[in-house]
Amino acid sequence: MSDFDQFRDTFFEECDELLQRYEEIAGALTRENADVEGLNEMFRAIHSIKAGAGAFGFERLVKFSHTLENAMDMLRDGRLSIADCDPAVLVQAGDVMHLLVGYAKQGEDTPAPNEDQLLAALSGFGAGSEKAISELNPDELEALFQATPEDDFGESPIREYAIEFRPHRQLYEGANEPQLLIQALADLGELSVSVDTSRIPEINDLDPFEGYLSWSMVLRGQVSRSDIEEVFEFVEGDADIAIKLENETAEEQVDKSVTQADIADAPVSITNDGGVKKQAASKLSTIRVDLNRVDELVNMVGELVIAQAMALESLGKSISIDQVRELQAMEDLSMRMRQLQEGVMAIRMQPLKALFSRFPRIVRDLSQKLEKSAVLELEGELTEVDKTIIEELADPLTHMIRNCMDHGLETAEERAAVGKPETGVITLSAEHRAGRIYIRVSDDGRGLDPVKVRAKALSQGIISEHDKLSREEMQSLIFQPGFSTASEISDVSGRGVGMDVVRRNVQKLGGRVTVESEEGKGSCFTLTLPLTLAVLDGMLVAAAKERYVIPLSSIVETVCPDPKQIKKMPDGGSVLSLRGEAIRLIDLCACLSLSRVGVAEPLRKLVIIAETELGRPVGIIVDEMLGQQQVVIKNLENNYRRVPGVSGSAILGDGRVRLILDVDALADMTPERNELKNIHENKDLSSGDGEQALLQSTASGGLS
Amino acid sequence: MSAIHADFDLAFRSEEDGETSRTVSQYVSFIVGEASYAVDIMSVREIKGWTDITSLPNQPDYVRGVLNLRGAVLPIVDLARRLGEDMTQTTPRHVVVIVAIEERQVGLLVDAVSDILDVTDDQIKPVPESGSKQDSDLFKGFLTEKDQMVAMLKLDSLLSLPIDGAEGQNALSPTLQ
Repeated sequence: MSDFDQFRDTFFEECDELLQRYEEIAGALTRENADVEGLNEMFRAIHSIKAGAGAFGFERLVKFSHTLENAMDMLRDGRLSIADCDPAVLVQAGDVMHLLVGYAKQGEDTPAPNEDQLLAALSGFGAGSEKAISELNPDELEALFQATPEDDFGESPIREYAIEFRPHRQLYEGANEPQLLIQALADLGELSVSVDTSRIPEINDLDPFEGYLSWSMVLRGQVSRSDIEEVFEFVEGDADIAIKLENETAEEQVDKSVTQADIADAPVSITNDGGVKKQAASKLSTIRVDLNRVDELVNMVGELVIAQAMALESLGKSISIDQVRELQAMEDLSMRMRQLQEGVMAIRMQPLKALFSRFPRIVRDLSQKLEKSAVLELEGELTEVDKTIIEELADPLTHMIRNCMDHGLETAEERAAVGKPETGVITLSAEHRAGRIYIRVSDDGRGLDPVKVRAKALSQGIISEHDKLSREEMQSLIFQPGFSTASEISDVSGRGVGMDVVRRNVQKLGGRVTVESEEGKGSCFTLTLPLTLAVLDGMLVAAAKERYVIPLSSIVETVCPDPKQIKKMPDGGSVLSLRGEAIRLIDLCACLSLSRVGVAEPLRKLVIIAETELGRPVGIIVDEMLGQQQVVIKNLENNYRRVPGVSGSAILGDGRVRLILDVDALADMTPERNELKNIHENKDLSSGDGEQALLQSTASGGLS
Repeated sequence: MSAIHADFDLAFRSEEDGETSRTVSQYVSFIVGEASYAVDIMSVREIKGWTDITSLPNQPDYVRGVLNLRGAVLPIVDLARRLGEDMTQTTPRHVVVIVAIEERQVGLLVDAVSDILDVTDDQIKPVPESGSKQDSDLFKGFLTEKDQMVAMLKLDSLLSLPIDGAEGQNALSPTLQ
């Protein structure tokens, strides 16, 4: 990749981040409440994109961002009040920016839908008082937004700015020349310059590479702040630059003493008309790292953990009293290693905020579209999750929120009729619990109607007349492919490709999704996911000569049943009766075709009760339990292919590979004999080919 | 292993000395049962002794299981079994030749690694015509080296051919991804 391509990629990455931040703030804007800091941040985001787009020659993007920037500029310095304009336009402008960035990325020069409308609306912000927007012809509009706000109608005031400029050493190292910058300023207007030489040391102490000079300048002319900022654009971060408007009442001072990395989050202190000082968001310093590098690091640490476990194991075999101290040191090492591993894993973790922040808009847009009044409440946005999981969650969560809006919430009239407040509440929350992350999407809408659900399932052939379903089973029907209770197909949801896709996506991440619903009161969808896809807590078990890992998250309990509790079934399988419940048993040896030659059958069967994603318990018969272990997951597909009944592999302390069992796939490998039988048949049929069914079931064991 | 290194040196020297303009390729040859086979040296990543591996459930019998190679989990193919012989009775003296096939790494279980051969293209004789297509799919051709016939393996097709009786599934076919 050439340097240019790399810069280009970085630019697009930055655009995404900036626009995300823009949308976040724009989404929170209301007519009544404008946060000056927020407006400033939006302005800066758009400004940065414009600058970059200009450098790469994306004209359409430059043009649009310029107009938007102007509007933002007027909003932030109070020339235009947020009360006079529609925040929705700003939100939509963000969408157009997104599209244009996308087009620029693909090298297309296509206009975004409603780009022109928005251009008009945005330029209307400033011009509204002078001339109604409808009276302007397109050329005039163009002229309007091309012009900077200050010289809009040729009568912009002469302003006087005091500029302090103190270059750092880096400025000179970057081959920038203060003289040229000062010359550029002089081109803008009348400039008087004085130089401060007080910091020049004795000749002996003089470092020829250091910047000792600073300049104070006064610039007079029809100049806007952004003109001046543009001059300093390339040395931003390499110099202390203070620009102060002298002869206007709205006086502001932007103090820039920032490092290159955090320009976007630079601390900015603003004195607005009221003289209220606001401290900007805390200074964050971040670096951009290629995800592959992080993954390499994660892998390496994984290897280290394994190597260390191997060393400990061999040391533990022949331990004498003198070696106890060494063992102690090894234990110490183990602890550090664990910390190192956690630290490295934490690099991949990101707060869910980035994901959650897009939902308020979706709810806002949908509530307009569907004419339902709704608010979204977010909780636990700072919960951190593995980056991959965040990416994979976007679609399922969007779908679930759409579902809540479309099916869950009633219209305002319906709500009023049953005595609920007119505005529906959708809650999206996240929390860590027991090494997993719980994400809940709940609404206070009408809930699942068991009669409707049943009727629908019957008509779709998912269940038959005679099936008696428990409440949970009934509710889990909505995750069946092709199931949708929306009587009419809308473009919001209701194509019937909904919840089953959600479930599949979540399973792919090693998670599960459940629903609880009370008719008339609302429903709550709960997603539980592993914190990371790289490690897994597992139980090591032995069967015949082999050892396997069962994900701890699916294990409910272990029992050592009396032979009388086990009943052979006609199909060759067996069932365990436990506390009055019948649990299907999976014979691991039979399922995995393990040879028992030379391995004695244990006296009593050891059964691990595990839960499938439908919440059904199954019992897995093993010979022995060897203990709990955290393992680094390795997939088999990299060099081989998926293996039925196995979700992946792990390398254990002895350096050997052990397979991680996929409880759901194993449960499906035995003949089904409970009420949900037809559901499973249906699932397999609808997924088309066996491979996909395999894919589906393989996914639930903790590995993507 | 040291023998192999010595061979490497020899091989490189002979390449430098070679005056002909014919392209010389190097092949690693190994013994499976009674027969000799060879693979292009560029596809060989590593050669290691046999260690106990983890078997995979419900797979074709020539896939002996998976092995941990410095953190990568790779399948081990019993070459004898794959070529229609009996399963190899493994001992610590057996050798795994780790080869790269496109993006994947796969271990080939063989009896012993024998030599590194410098081969010019015209030394490789085509597979004789026969009714079975399998031969020409499995082998690039044959080479006679010190009165012994060496079959040049076609790695990519070797592992993606249908297996007799194995429910028509291709063990390593990319279509199953």
